[in-house]
Amino acid sequence: MSESLSNAKISNVSRRQFFQSVAVVSGGLALGATVGQSTKLSAGVLSNTNQSSDLELNLFITIDMQGQVSIICHRSEMGQGIRTGLPQIAADEMQADWTKVNVVQGMANEAYGSQNTDGSRSIRDFYTIMREMGATARTMLEQAAANRWQVELSQVSASNHQVTHKLSGESLSFGELAAEAAQLPTPDRKTLVLMSPADFKYIGKPVPIVDMDAMITGTAIFGQDVQIPNMLYATISRWPVVGAKLKAVDDSETLKVKGVVQTVTMPAQGRPVKFKAQPGVAVLANNSWAALKGRKLLQLEWKEGSNAEHNSVEFTKELVAKVQKRGSTARERGSYYLNIAKAADSIEATYTVPYLGHEPMEPPAATVWLHDGICEVWACVQTAQSTQKEVAKLLGMDVEDVQVNVTFLGGAFGRKSKPDFVLEAAYLAQQTGRPVKVFWTREDDIKHDYYHAISAQFYQAGLDEAGNVDAWLQRTSFPTIASTYTRLIWWPQSSELSMGFADMPFAMRHLQCESHSAGAHVRIGWMRSVANIHHAFGLGSFVDELAVKTGTKIIPMWRQLLGDQTAVDPNKEGLNYDNYGESLDDHPIDISRFKALLDHMETKVDLDETLPAGQGWGFSMHRSFASYVAVATKVEVADGAVKVLAMHGAMDAGLVINPDRVATQLEGGMIFGLSIALMGNMSVAQGRVEQSNFDDAPVTRMHQCPAMTVHIMPAPEGRLPGGVGEPGTPPVSASVTNAIFAASGQRIRDLPVNKVFTV
Amino acid sequence: MTTLNINGKEVTFDPQEVEADTPLLWALRDELGLLGTKYGCGAGLCGACTVHLDGKPVRSCSLPLAAIDGGTVVTIEGLSEDGSHPVQQAWREHNVPQCGYCQSGQIMSAVALLEKHSNPSDEQIDAGMKGNICRCGTYPRIRAAIKSVPSQSLGYAVGEKA
Repeated sequence: MSESLSNAKISNVSRRQFFQSVAVVSGGLALGATVGQSTKLSAGVLSNTNQSSDLELNLFITIDMQGQVSIICHRSEMGQGIRTGLPQIAADEMQADWTKVNVVQGMANEAYGSQNTDGSRSIRDFYTIMREMGATARTMLEQAAANRWQVELSQVSASNHQVTHKLSGESLSFGELAAEAAQLPTPDRKTLVLMSPADFKYIGKPVPIVDMDAMITGTAIFGQDVQIPNMLYATISRWPVVGAKLKAVDDSETLKVKGVVQTVTMPAQGRPVKFKAQPGVAVLANNSWAALKGRKLLQLEWKEGSNAEHNSVEFTKELVAKVQKRGSTARERGSYYLNIAKAADSIEATYTVPYLGHEPMEPPAATVWLHDGICEVWACVQTAQSTQKEVAKLLGMDVEDVQVNVTFLGGAFGRKSKPDFVLEAAYLAQQTGRPVKVFWTREDDIKHDYYHAISAQFYQAGLDEAGNVDAWLQRTSFPTIASTYTRLIWWPQSSELSMGFADMPFAMRHLQCESHSAGAHVRIGWMRSVANIHHAFGLGSFVDELAVKTGTKIIPMWRQLLGDQTAVDPNKEGLNYDNYGESLDDHPIDISRFKALLDHMETKVDLDETLPAGQGWGFSMHRSFASYVAVATKVEVADGAVKVLAMHGAMDAGLVINPDRVATQLEGGMIFGLSIALMGNMSVAQGRVEQSNFDDAPVTRMHQCPAMTVHIMPAPEGRLPGGVGEPGTPPVSASVTNAIFAASGQRIRDLPVNKVFTV
Repeated sequence: MTTLNINGKEVTFDPQEVEADTPLLWALRDELGLLGTKYGCGAGLCGACTVHLDGKPVRSCSLPLAAIDGGTVVTIEGLSEDGSHPVQQAWREHNVPQCGYCQSGQIMSAVALLEKHSNPSDEQIDAGMKGNICRCGTYPRIRAAIKSVPSQSLGYAVGEKA
């Protein structure tokens, strides 16, 4: 810490030290990044390298002679609590004392396996691996003790940071055994004995997050917070329309701004957009404010290209027209078209969802420093390894010479899976020869996002004489995320159709799921729960419409549609089902888990309670990321305004590591869904996103957030963990609009709600 | 010259060095290295940059130095040395933060709210906190944490109380 201080930013040394001396006394203030030769971020907030005295037990776990254990978290922390959850698993298996565990943020390194922190899969993919890492470390410490006592391994056992000889009761602390343990060969994975779940001390417990103090004292270092000596602050004026070409630049007024050092024209780019830096002009200055002032004075002339004709209102009409027609079959059961013609009655509806933006509280930011033949990166990225590879490619460097330090992520929601902002910083560091921080403004974030796809869906159901659903059709059309990577791909991919669309769980005899093409005219990306967002809105709304039409209560309606089957395999009906990367053996589409949630909600929420006029309950449920979530929402509609009064959420995420963090993900996922339902809309006119900040692109605020109750379903032994970060979002929209219908008779089929009601 | 008392210390900004139109946010962050106060929107819309000026919550992204000469500023770093302020303790007890980015601003707004209303109603919490966005959705926990803070004079452990 004091070493960092002595090298603090030269231009303000005295003033900064003045303040930082306060912090040294308090032992808390983080300074951003480090200085000098160290590659650690200071203040221990996200240290990326272990102390040299640490002894390696395996790739993820080191220990020092005092017994202090360091566990690497190789996934990015963006609010889901993964820096607590993963180490919790390893520490439990290791029999470590949690108070003697540090968490170390892993740098980009292929050896860790995937670091792509997306798809709600950190626990799903690494639960067993982290257990094995903990068990490996424990076994090595036990073996070291057995060797010391010259007894068989079976004669000793580890517990609470020490190893005990069972017969004599003699014990040795982990610290005393560390040096010998680190010399031992890694035990064979097959010989590892994992703990019995009955003995778990940390797994399944609401362990407080390890970063609590950093987060409540303002010392957690995010991408926006990195500061290194001699650094330039860069802000970039980017293309107004995707595909535009820069024709002329006038930076004469910009360069007159005090503090502005230079401008750099970013390279021209074509499509596909990939993760590439977007064309534009960067303004580099000695501080953020000068950069922002200079940028305002840039005069740029663009040749805008064909996307300038894109208009999201008109485009929605095109998508709506498409889904009225037959599309490409994604899944088929029985013969829908023959039977819909014979149906006694039928119902149909079309639903639309606009483009949506991520709007993380921290806009993207990245700092890059090229020195001594290496490239150091500090960035709030979800994807450390692809960042490393892309930067290496851009700079013509070897991958191992690019060191990616992952800071805290101030929200991400999928936005920070795309390292375009890091490539901007890397390019500018190369062009200027100085360390550069690129910081996005809120306006940049909103106008240059990788948007959640605009969409339209059509649903139709045929009823028999008894009013039972016999035939079901659903069609979807939206620009695919694949368009971001490959030019001229215009059809939804099976991975996207696997998200709440063609994996739908209903049992009717005749089922037809179809997709339609859609062009991509802005950058399309994945956002929290991805295509489940629009598909769950369509499906959850249509089930409610059916319930209303047939005079069935909503929970019995879901039960009826789910039918008597036990599991669904969409692969048998033509879908190349992705199942979030999981096998259907490990993670089936399990109808009993839907039904258990229905039973739970029925006991917890009285959806049929007598309510004052203008109030109503709405319900929906959804399976995504191998987890199941049901949401009930109560609203009041009065004087053209909707107020959300209460939300109940229940989640079955299988085995849960940290129930408190799972509950917060469900709460947060639901509130994210509430923002989408009530206000989510990035409209495009002349190829440009019309919104620019939180005034015209609002998200849920405190006064709009209802009283919330969340419940995490207990898991039977042996059930694997499902995803947690995303599944809370999809069922919310339909539960809200269904409640609005119950309260007011107004059916909202086109999101967001605030097109019709004040929210 | 702009002279401010920041977290109990007097600081003078020379306009030759730090332009007088620089918003307090950037002066705190870029010039003083006080990084706990966050940029979120630059337009006073999200509350991530909330600090106290003369005891009142303000959006530091929209306050030029020249406009606040002589003011007393307290940032998250001035609230306590070790996270021991009653509001920070309530945050800890309710496991409030998710990503953490907005929490400095949330805490500063909550402290100001509780200074005004020691036992705030839901409506007062709505009014006092609706300027602070949390995209992760920690609102239910923030509300519960605020309600749990005992009625007492809060004060600042480091920063000068206005």
